[in-house]
Amino acid sequence: MQFMLLFSRQGKLRLQKWYVPLSDKEKKKITRELVQTVLARKPKMCSFLEWRDLKIVYKRYASLYFCCATEGQDNELITLEIIHRYVELLDKYFGSVCELDIIFNFEKAYFILDEFLLGGEAQETSKKNVLKAIEQADLLQENEMGLFYALLAAVSTLN
Amino acid sequence: MALKIVKGSIDRMFDKNLQDLVRGIRNHKEDEAKYISTCIDEIKQELKQDNIAVKANAVCKLTYLQMLGYDVSWAAFNIVEVMSSSKFTYKRIGYLAASQCFHESTDVIMLTTNQIRKDLSSPNQYDTGVALTGLSCFVTPDLARDLANDIMTLMSHTKPYIRKKAVLIMYKVFLKYPESLRPAFPRLKEKLEDPDPGVQSAAVNVICELARRNPKNYLSLAPLFFKLMTSSTNNWVLIKIIKLFGALTPLEPRLGKKLIEPLTNLIHRIYLFFSQILHHLSAITLVCFSWLIAFLFFITVLISLSSGMPNHSASIQLCVQKLRILIEDSDQNLKYLGLLAMSKILKTHPKSVQSHKDLILQCLDDKDESIRLRALDLLYGMVSKKNLMEIVKKLMLHVDKAEGTTYRDELLTKIIDICSQSNYQYITNFEWYISILVELTRLEGTRHGHLIASQMLDVAIRVKAIRVFAVAQMATLLDNAHMLTGNTQRNGICEVLYAAAWICGEFSEHLENPMETLEAMLRPKVATLPGHIQAVYVQNAAKLFATVLKSQEGNTDSTTAQEASQLMIDRLPLFVQSANLEVQERASCILQLVKYIQKLQQKDVEVSEEVCALFAGELNPVAPKAQKKVPIPDGLDLDAWINEPPSESESEDEQPKAIFSKEEPKHSRPRHTEVDEKELARRREARKQEQANNPFYIKASPSSQKVYQETPGVEHIPVVQIDLSVPLKVPGLPMSDQYVKLEEERRQKERAEKKKKDKKKRKEKRSGRGKKHDSGPESEEDITPAHMVDIVTEEMPENALPSDDDERDPADPHKKSSKHKKKKQKREKEDKEKKKKKKHHHHHHHHGDKGGEESVQNGTVEEEEPLPRRLISVMLTFIFLFYSFDRKAYDIQGNLQDGSQVVVSVIFENKCDSFLKSMEFNVLDSLNSKLQRPEGSGPHDSLTIPFQLPPGVSNEARFVFTVQSIIMPQKLKGTLTFIVKNEESSTHEKLDFKLHFTCTSYLITTPCYSDAFAKLLESGDLKSSSIRLEGVNMPFHHLLARICFHHHFSVVERIDSCASMYSRSIQGHHVCLLVKISSQTVSVDAKCDEPTLLGNVLDEIKQTFSQC
Repeated sequence: MQFMLLFSRQGKLRLQKWYVPLSDKEKKKITRELVQTVLARKPKMCSFLEWRDLKIVYKRYASLYFCCATEGQDNELITLEIIHRYVELLDKYFGSVCELDIIFNFEKAYFILDEFLLGGEAQETSKKNVLKAIEQADLLQENEMGLFYALLAAVSTLN
Repeated sequence: MALKIVKGSIDRMFDKNLQDLVRGIRNHKEDEAKYISTCIDEIKQELKQDNIAVKANAVCKLTYLQMLGYDVSWAAFNIVEVMSSSKFTYKRIGYLAASQCFHESTDVIMLTTNQIRKDLSSPNQYDTGVALTGLSCFVTPDLARDLANDIMTLMSHTKPYIRKKAVLIMYKVFLKYPESLRPAFPRLKEKLEDPDPGVQSAAVNVICELARRNPKNYLSLAPLFFKLMTSSTNNWVLIKIIKLFGALTPLEPRLGKKLIEPLTNLIHRIYLFFSQILHHLSAITLVCFSWLIAFLFFITVLISLSSGMPNHSASIQLCVQKLRILIEDSDQNLKYLGLLAMSKILKTHPKSVQSHKDLILQCLDDKDESIRLRALDLLYGMVSKKNLMEIVKKLMLHVDKAEGTTYRDELLTKIIDICSQSNYQYITNFEWYISILVELTRLEGTRHGHLIASQMLDVAIRVKAIRVFAVAQMATLLDNAHMLTGNTQRNGICEVLYAAAWICGEFSEHLENPMETLEAMLRPKVATLPGHIQAVYVQNAAKLFATVLKSQEGNTDSTTAQEASQLMIDRLPLFVQSANLEVQERASCILQLVKYIQKLQQKDVEVSEEVCALFAGELNPVAPKAQKKVPIPDGLDLDAWINEPPSESESEDEQPKAIFSKEEPKHSRPRHTEVDEKELARRREARKQEQANNPFYIKASPSSQKVYQETPGVEHIPVVQIDLSVPLKVPGLPMSDQYVKLEEERRQKERAEKKKKDKKKRKEKRSGRGKKHDSGPESEEDITPAHMVDIVTEEMPENALPSDDDERDPADPHKKSSKHKKKKQKREKEDKEKKKKKKHHHHHHHHGDKGGEESVQNGTVEEEEPLPRRLISVMLTFIFLFYSFDRKAYDIQGNLQDGSQVVVSVIFENKCDSFLKSMEFNVLDSLNSKLQRPEGSGPHDSLTIPFQLPPGVSNEARFVFTVQSIIMPQKLKGTLTFIVKNEESSTHEKLDFKLHFTCTSYLITTPCYSDAFAKLLESGDLKSSSIRLEGVNMPFHHLLARICFHHHFSVVERIDSCASMYSRSIQGHHVCLLVKISSQTVSVDAKCDEPTLLGNVLDEIKQTFSQC
């Protein structure tokens, strides 16, 4: 997979992940054109389109478009499955996810994606394992921050 | 001190965090940019703080802003700072920011190497994980080189979580730093058998991706993958492995056979998986056809496997039928996937897709561009002579309607692709094609002007008959050049003027009014065209000028000639001033020339001949092999070293890019000296492919090349007579539609004539057989081209070396088209032959002593060039005896699908006085009947006949056919190719024939007792039918013997002039007859459990007796 974009119906980018090295300018250009192309398509049309020499697979969930670009040989259905899995993971993690969850916790959305895909390839096909890894990393973070909050409490009592 | 830090943190707690930023942006919809710029200022302040928590918060906000499109590259160093925090919380944010913002040219990446290395070896697996994830996004060649070893070590980490990531990231490392592949590969291979399924799947992923780039080197892993495929339970892994095998099987056909079985077992699993995926797609009813989805994936594999497996056409056929259901569905995703799979099939099995033309054309009207594009892809393989015009007409309509330029350009290329494919094989009327090209020039803003131009040039050069028409069209184009040049910069279409100018100049003798065209070519507006087009204009203006002079020669009134000179002298200076060197040079050269000519004209000197001599001689296309055929002069050794060869180590240094090539020994000497046969064949294949795609390469038929060797020189280029049955000028505008109409009329006329002929024949024959010739839908060969599409043979060097070897390559795509051509030329002859064939056919029936059904053809094979050459007449008699069936197959009745085999014995008799050798027998398989070929050969390969035939000798060969349905008679077309050898020469010849599988030939004489027979009749399962034969003048026992012999029946019981007979088909159908005779009238009442079969058998019996 070359990149994944999440954008709203209004064309606002919500998440972007690039697995090929491109300059910011190119990324912006591709994003702009692609968002336009996908949004111009009618809801009844198919989820696949050819764009430049890439194969674009997209799917709309509620107000969000999930859009992946793959190279020619990759299977379209597998790409759709990757999108769907990612949505399921977000759903499990946030508990019935909505667009706002992704906007306000965009770093979490990235962390989940990074546990699921690496370098554009699916690294973990088990949903359970992905969630477990995320939970443990979160736990680690909480422990660290817990220390911080304990110190904070100590300071406030000192005062 | 510590307290101070904490206190600072508390103050910062009241700063904006990410949530606040997002909220703020949402609240400032009107002045977002202003709000964000204040935010960025704040962030800059925060980044100046010492506190890492504050910095991390700032970096997190920056990452968000980066996504919104703001430049944050200035904070790259701060990101590195956050990355190097010892706390996972901040490190995580730092790496995320880096993976989003860094790219190869970010210079701070250099500073991260040590930090990343530290993180990779961190005792905390999540630190390592985060570093690996980040690295996967911003790895540079330097990082890859420096960290390759560390990552390799991680591949054997104790935690599968790390191993998995390390294996996957190795792929990125290989891409950036290919040298790392060799040392890492053994470990990567080891990971294929890792106990953790995640790691295993990662390793499969990486190897599959590597193999996609260079499959050859991974063949040795095939057994390992085979094991994985049969043992793995992970669908994702399976799909990757199947994809890998898809890449490997073309290299190693034996793999295909081995794979079939496990794949069949896997189909169900994969299908379930895919149907699950599809279930997520809305609005799909999975109930009735969900299992079809499995095909989508397996088709790809099947196709790559089927190259080595002849029996696959049936399953392919099935796939195509099922795909049709998908394409017809209202769900667009299914439609798309169906078309996609169809196009994969088209590549290897074009025949099976062709029958769904209607559906594909329908998809062209779809609202969804994705679907239209897919359908366009498929059209390429759908065209035939019959439907080309219709399809192109439809496409032209779409061109007019198309909105986006991309789609329109795609349509344009497709139209040209379709028309020019296989050396214009499907074009029957070139005037029509030229008109289409001219119509295409009206497209605005297309990028493909040069494509149209090259087609115009190609057709005009190669199809001589079309030149008059083409020149007229091009002259009009030149005259209306202003329509095309509206916006030169943006508009690629002006390229066609290049072609137009060249054609008008080169073939100016066909111009009606050269003076006018000359004027059009020298208009001042021309100077705005691109330089290379102007240059052609100038050069061809000179050619036109020469033509004008020539036409005025002998004319006492020399004003026109002088006007022409004056025109040139007036207009050329504009080009002399051109900034383009080419234009300038040509213009000044020609200007001086014309000035000189004008002087001579004023002295009344005849100059036209000299001027014409400047452009004398005809330009011909060069044969693709011309270069190769130039003989190497004596004493030139191309393989000898000019300088000492470089040392081996050097040569290795030069190719560090080769990805993992362990089996490839490095040659110290250049390869071309001792390339092995395989390599040569591969290259040849590649070249052919390339040539097939290049319209400028046509493969000349071998025969005409031979002529050329004897008579070098341009005048002798054999161009076969052109049959102009259509007026070359169509009144009014040259709209391609008119041609379509004309063409239809012409074909109708032809058909009518044919019908008449047929009728006549039928009358002569007075047989019921004529039914089969009924002019239902016309078949492919029935369409004769309007102009004989004879294309000028290309030039060969004068002393070309004869080399026929590659011409004989049966897989050569060009070969087909040249055969095709021959067919047309032989039309008349064929008609005669057909009659002859008929006669023979009946003749043999009459004697009927060979047993079974026979079909005989006597063919006289001749060279078909116009030049008289040795006339070889080879007479061959084919006697086809269908009698022996594979008893085994016959006994296994439960399995009706396969195992139905028919053995065809053919007697080859050499009736000429030359030696015949290298005979190859080939039959065009139908869906129903297929020639069994040895394992490993393709479905179109021919069978070598294992003997040679000296003059006057005959021998028998047997061929096994598999037949699926036996209820209908069938004809199979075939070709016998052979080499005729006598003292002087040897030539390659071919003979077309038809094999007639009658229904009778599927019957087997089976004895039946009268009580069993009675039971059978009573069972009521049989359908009945009857015929009457009039005027049979033979004793009853002769009649019975004849039925028994010809139609494989056995007599069950005979009472006086009444007999019951029985036979059985190889697929177990019972056929019962009750034959009665009363004064020359025979009535046959028959019963069979298959009415179609019965009807056909009765028809055949009737025929046998109608010929007595």
